[in-house]
Amino acid sequence: MITLDRVSYTYRSGQRALTDIDLNLEGGDFIAIMGENGAGKTTLAKHLNGLLKPSQGRVLVDGEDTRKASVAKLSRKVGLVFQNPDHLLFSETVRDEVAFGLKNFGFAPDVVDKQVERTLEALGLSEYTDTSPFLLSGGERKRVALAAILATEPDYLILDEPTIGQDYQQKERLRNFILQLYSQGKAVVMITHDVEFVAESNPKVILLSQGRIVARGPADSVLSKDELVKKASLVRPQMSRLFSELTNYGFPSDVIDVHRARLLLEEKLSEAKVRVAQNS
Amino acid sequence: MVIAVLVPALLFANIYVMIILLLSQLPLLLVGKVARRWALSLRAGVFLSALIFVVNLFTGSYLSAIALTLRFLVLLTSFSLFFMTTSPDDLGLALDRIGAIRWLSRRWLGYPNALSFTFTTAVRLVPTLAVDAQTVVDAQRSRGLELDKGNLLKRVRNYIPILIPLLLIAIRRSLELAEALESRGFPGKEGRTSLFQLKFRPVDYAIIALSVVAIAGSFWVFFHYKIPVL
Repeated sequence: MITLDRVSYTYRSGQRALTDIDLNLEGGDFIAIMGENGAGKTTLAKHLNGLLKPSQGRVLVDGEDTRKASVAKLSRKVGLVFQNPDHLLFSETVRDEVAFGLKNFGFAPDVVDKQVERTLEALGLSEYTDTSPFLLSGGERKRVALAAILATEPDYLILDEPTIGQDYQQKERLRNFILQLYSQGKAVVMITHDVEFVAESNPKVILLSQGRIVARGPADSVLSKDELVKKASLVRPQMSRLFSELTNYGFPSDVIDVHRARLLLEEKLSEAKVRVAQNS
Repeated sequence: MVIAVLVPALLFANIYVMIILLLSQLPLLLVGKVARRWALSLRAGVFLSALIFVVNLFTGSYLSAIALTLRFLVLLTSFSLFFMTTSPDDLGLALDRIGAIRWLSRRWLGYPNALSFTFTTAVRLVPTLAVDAQTVVDAQRSRGLELDKGNLLKRVRNYIPILIPLLLIAIRRSLELAEALESRGFPGKEGRTSLFQLKFRPVDYAIIALSVVAIAGSFWVFFHYKIPVL
């Protein structure tokens, strides 16, 4: 379990980035951290594996204070995937890139090979095993970066803006992949602006604004509230905008995803059909 | 003016000269409101000055070691003073006014603003690159990289995962910058005017004159007298 206990963080420039953040993260959790640019999302993520240490309060990773543990040791448990893959890709082949973390953590060579192969296959990258990561497209590089972290099988996976630059099919695959991970008992935290992606995946949402948590709860209850969403410089998902206009017809106001919308519409439409049949 | 400080500092290895040069710059630091930032850069220079002191202690007398360490501080101070009070944009504008640079730029690169623009861009990109460097270090540490682990060779090798992404980011950015510039019509036409005009005021001429006198004086003293360390 990762516990953030009244964490505040002030940058050396004196800029306050986080204020009184309380957060618990356990296996099986799926959390989306959302908020405006500069709300402190990435700063928060960097606290989870000890890259940044809280100015006040503390962060415990499986009971261990991040101030006392090395980043290398914490990264073994907490995998942090950075937003821009260009900040971490450097190897000659995709294989070496994915093996880098495993080697750093001291895995045996045969385990490294097996993990690399498995991870690349899971992310649909097998055909690029011997390709240079720099020859890949932006979306593919992003997946290589993800593979590089996933290969070490962290218990907690932190994804900074994973959907940027991915086409819709890749997003769909990513969603399924995340689903698979947290149903296996891993914790997944996703930092994102992608309201639709969150709406369709229905995680717990933490809304961050100016370094403070302004709301938390299931995605459908947070993302369907206009005043909350505006505070974090977001807009509501399309389904929510549609259904909040239809409350007169007896629809609930917290619909955010296509699946639920479809069920509700089907129900209403078949009722209407019955009524028409009765009238005639 | 920086040169006026540098020349005597490099010509003479005398402790008194160094102290005078150092003290003469202090009021300027206060006037320029950069005393605090200067103190910070001084703190960063502590290790290097200690190194200079120790090395010179082994190769020469302790007096020359002191003198040379002070010389380093003088150089550090004058450069800090210059770069902390002069905005890179102004410097670029000033470079752009120098006929020789425009001529060289036209010969080499085809148009007169290119060299001064290169300079301004280079200076401008330093802080951006510093932010990138920090992000790269963070990213690789998150993959279990420990920079200060292993013997000397290993430690040098540890920097490969930092330097390669950084280099690539810099190259990619410069290509993007070039495209962005071209799409906005750079370099434009001959005879470009600038929004801000730099003008020499009387006080500027006075400072230049003073500097020239100081430089000439230093050379004169240097060739006519032998100045001891103390």
